[in-house]
Parts: sequence; C-alpha cells; structure tokens
Amino acid sequence: MSPKLFAGIDVGASATKCMIISEEKEEAGSAVAKTGIDLAGDAKKVFEDALSRVDGGGVAVARIVSTGFGRKNVPFADASRTEISCQSLGCYFHFPRAIVIVDIGGQDTKVIRTDADGKLKGFKMNRKCAAGTGTFLEEISHRLDVSLEEMNALATRSKKDVEIGAFCTVFTGTEILARIREGLSREDLAKGVYKSVVKRAMEMDTLVGDVVLTGGVVAHNTILYDMFSEILGRKVLIPPKPQLTGAFGAALYALQEAGQPRLE
Amino acid sequence: MTETGQRKEIRAAAELKQLLTDYYHELDKAHSEGQKVAWCTSVGPAEVLRAFGFKVYFPENHAAMIGVQRAGEKFIPVANAIGYSPEICSYLTSDIGAYIQHWTPLEKAYGVKSIPKPDVLAYNTNQCRDVKEWFSFYSREYKVPLVGIDSPKYIGEVEDMHVDDVTAQFERLIRQLEGITKRKLDEDQLKGTVGLSLEATNLWKEILETAAHAPSPLTFFDGTVHMAPIVVLRGDRRAVDYYQVLLREMKERIAAGVAAVDGERYRIYWEGMPIWGKLRALSEQFAELRTCVVASTYCNSWIFDDMRESDPVRSMALAYTKLFINRSEPAKEQYIAEMAKRFKVDGIIFHDSKTCPHNSNARYGMPSRIKERYGIPGLIIDADLNDLRLYSEEQTKTNIEAFVEQMEVA
Repeated sequence: MSPKLFAGIDVGASATKCMIISEEKEEAGSAVAKTGIDLAGDAKKVFEDALSRVDGGGVAVARIVSTGFGRKNVPFADASRTEISCQSLGCYFHFPRAIVIVDIGGQDTKVIRTDADGKLKGFKMNRKCAAGTGTFLEEISHRLDVSLEEMNALATRSKKDVEIGAFCTVFTGTEILARIREGLSREDLAKGVYKSVVKRAMEMDTLVGDVVLTGGVVAHNTILYDMFSEILGRKVLIPPKPQLTGAFGAALYALQEAGQPRLE
Repeated sequence: MTETGQRKEIRAAAELKQLLTDYYHELDKAHSEGQKVAWCTSVGPAEVLRAFGFKVYFPENHAAMIGVQRAGEKFIPVANAIGYSPEICSYLTSDIGAYIQHWTPLEKAYGVKSIPKPDVLAYNTNQCRDVKEWFSFYSREYKVPLVGIDSPKYIGEVEDMHVDDVTAQFERLIRQLEGITKRKLDEDQLKGTVGLSLEATNLWKEILETAAHAPSPLTFFDGTVHMAPIVVLRGDRRAVDYYQVLLREMKERIAAGVAAVDGERYRIYWEGMPIWGKLRALSEQFAELRTCVVASTYCNSWIFDDMRESDPVRSMALAYTKLFINRSEPAKEQYIAEMAKRFKVDGIIFHDSKTCPHNSNARYGMPSRIKERYGIPGLIIDADLNDLRLYSEEQTKTNIEAFVEQMEVA
C-alpha cells in the first residue's frame, strides 16, 4: 500500500499557501503564491505546485482541508477550518505547551491562545481596520518609496527610536510625509513603522507566557522577531516556516480527520 | 435534514404581520379620525400615553426597520450633513436622515406611506441620552411639546431614592400631559394599561424562558422579530392576545421535540444590540453551525414584571429604572452571568456596537471578568446596529466559526 499524503490549503488575503504532509507529519511539499481574484483557481494552482514538489510524485492525497479567508472557495477541499484553529494546531505542533500565538497576516492580526493540551482557548482579531497588518506595511512602503522587501533591511539599519503616533493606515501615511519633511531618515521611519505593528498586536491582548510569532508578515519581516523579543523582554518563538503554519495546521487536521466523510 | 441545520419559521409570524399592519394603519389614520398621536421611546412611558388616549408611535421600531431594510447607509450621511455625528446612535441618524429625505420603511413593510405626525413626544433617558436628542430634533421640526423622564443612571441596587425621583418625574409628566390634552388623567385607565403591560410582559418572559429547554424552541433572531408587540403595544390588549398564541406554539414545539436549530450542538447568549441588517445572514450561519443563540439581554430588556395595577405610577418608576441598560457594571455582570447559567449557554457573544456605547458591554473588561469568574468564554464582535459600514462580514463570520470550533475542542 502506498503511503498517504494530506494537504492543507490556506487561502489568505495576500497569499495562498499549500502544505502537503506525510502520515508522519513531515513536509512532503509546499508552495506559496499571491492571492488574486480567482480564489478557487489560485488554490488549485498552489495545490498542484506543492504536489509537483513531492518526491517521487504520483502519490495520492487522501484528504484536503482548506483554511484562511477564502476557505469556502476551495471546491476540491474535503473540509474547511478557520485559520484560527489551524494556526493553533500548526504552532502547537512545533511548541507543544501553553502558547500565545501572534499571527500577523496580510489583512488581519490575531492573538490566539492554546493550552498545554493543544486546545484552542480563545482568540482576538483586530477590528475592521488595516493598521498593524501586512496591508499597512505595504501602504507605508509606498510612502517611503521602497519595496516591501527592502523595508525590512532599511529598518535594521536604523540607529534611532522613532514613535509613529497615528492609529490608522491612511493617517500614518500622512504622518510619514510630515516626518520626512522634518528631516527624519527613511531607516528610522521604517523602524518606527515596524514598532507600531508590534504595539498594535500588544494592545490586543496581554502577551503572557510563551509567545509564538507567525504569519506571512512575520516570515518576510524578520526585524519583527527582535522587536517583539526586545519589547516583551524575552525571546519570542518562531515556527520553521511562519507563512505556512496555517496551511500546515490545516494539513494536520486533514490527517486527524482521515477516513471521515467529505463535508459539503 | 438534521445534518445541515435549518432555520424554522414560526407559525404565529403571519398573525404578527397582521397585528403590526393594523397597528401602523391605525397610526396612519389617527389624525383623520380625530385622534392624537404621541411618540414614545421604546422603554418610555407608553402606559401613561395610552391611558390619555394617544395612539403611540415608537421611532426606535421605525429605525430598526430602516436597519432591517438595509437603508441606514443611505440616510445616515444625510443626518451627518446637518451636524449629527457619525459617532452617535445610528438609529437616530438613520431615522432623521430618512425623515429629511421623506422616506419610510413602513411603505415596503406595511403599505403605509408616511410616519404619523406627533402631537407630543415623550422620552425616558433610562436607555441613553441619544433618545432625548433624537426627540428634541422632532420637537423642533414639528413644533410640538417634548416631555420626559431623565432617569438616574448607572445604578447598582435600585433604592427608594431612585424610585422616589422617577415617581416624581412620572407625576410631573402626567401633569404636563394633562395640560397638553386639557383633560385629567383617568386613573382607572392607567391601572388598565399598566395591568395589560404586566400581562404581556409576563407572557413575553415565559416565551423567552422556553429557550432554557434543550433543544431550544426559539432563537434570539426569532426574538428580535416577535418582540415587536412588547415594544409597540405595551398597555394594549392585542399584545397579550398575541403572546398567548406565541407561547402556545413554543410549548407545542417543546412537547413535540421541535428544535429552532436542528441538531443543536451548542448554545450561545447574545449580549448587546442586534445587527439589524444581518439578522438573516447570522441566523443562517448559526443554523449551519448547528449552534443556537438561545437568549439575549436585548429581548429580555422588555420584561417589566415589577409593574402593579394597584400602584401604577410607582411600579412603573421602579420597572423602568431597573432596566438592564440603566444599571452599573457589576449589576450588569451579575445579570449576564445569571442568564448564562439559566439558559445553559456554552459561550457569550458580545456585540460591541460602534454607535451604541450604552448598550455595548464589552468596553470595560466584562468578557474577561465573566470568563475568569464563571468560566464562560466570550467573543467580541465589532459591528453596529444600523450602520453596516462599520461591519466586516467576512471577519465576523470567521470569528463566529472559530468560536464554535473552540467549543468543539473544549
């Protein structure tokens, strides 16, 4: 009998991710692509891409669980789960103890509490506002006239603490322009912007105990690790592939639910 | 089919529709038939107004209908433009905006083309300040007298001094209405309306308490529809008659084992205002999740079981002051915890309604305290009663689904 594989597909606001795992919960293949307007098409493409990377090929995927904001738009998935449960399961696999997960995604930021047994105990999501999310960083990178990829490097070169006071993406953009006129460097402003992302997450909940930092924004903006650790006064935990923990959690659900009927 | 979960229509709904159609048509014809119209806040002195023979109209019911018909976004900006902030009550702004634009949801709902002009406006600030400002606008517009009760607020235990104060204000209100109508209050009439209010309120309470049964025969979403008579027909025999019918149907459902949500797995308490434009979408989502929102502070806020025919004025003062929304944070916390226990809920949803701070109870740490003290998990939803621009549907759906997933692993 050939070994079985299980897939998790995380259709996020900015990126669609797929993780395929073995029965031993090891990664067999993964892929990430930008989310466009055809969510079902994107999910299929990413799934096929991940599948093509599986060693040996031709192996059947026994069950697929979708997650993320587009989880209901994956017609070939057998079941769906919210990204909150999937992040909880995915992060707990790497850090099997009571954890507080901070998931910073393209469209929202979540604080998720998982207990020592891996059970989801509670969660909070940012309000209807983009400040502190990936979209916020994207907008600010335009203001600073750098690519999103460059902004992280820019901020790490800063030697000065700058407080960004605004509470809103649009007004932060205006504030950035005013501070540039005051003569502040782009490096310092970029760092100030990242600091505001950390502060927005910290005001959502009390981050007591082991904090796991995850999500696409964390994966691409490594300065956030150091900032969170510095502000919390202790090292934060980072899973191996922060952008893929949601998809990984979904794959773990697929494995857990193996043999169960397909849910419409 | 029990797997997917379905919403179930309540049979009495047809009777309710007829009752409300009659009610609004009576208001529409009132002036042409030589009757006077009073406007009243939803937990205002309806019994007194009816005892004076007024036909009573409730702008809050009208505003909720604007919400149900999802017309708030069209009219709120109209009120904003004349100086009413988008931060204040969106009932007020949508209602005033609709008035300025000569539009009413009554036409679509009941075939009534316009709201009835008031001869007097009567408020009670036991809910909030906004109702008074709202009525003040109409008092200036229609050039009619504004009378009311300015309730003591944020009360812990309701004490004699509070009731004395409100009783004196009720007495003043009666004198003012005597002046306006040029007739003396008929005390027997008042005893009659208070008696009818009490009867209706007791029936409404009994109906809502049928939801303590598992599976529940009704949902919070049903409650938001069937509460209309206890709001607009307090002190009127027809509310009593209607609730007898509805209660019978709920008892039949229990006897026959009929669940409002097929395959009820979890039970939730709704704290805060309804999101009027999303009642159907939300009730369908909960039904799909086989989760029943069994009870709410909102629907239970129209239970005034302290009213007494034998002492109408003072008992009204007590009943209307005791109202949940008018109470202190510890009193509210105790009430919610008791309700959660009585209705055997697995979790509480706190609707933080952006433009309704007085009826949003997640702002001073209540969900955390309830979780800590009583072990009941809570979920905060950011939305609004009428302004759907303040509502992120996708985020809310995910939050609700994840809250149910949290219950699955609990």
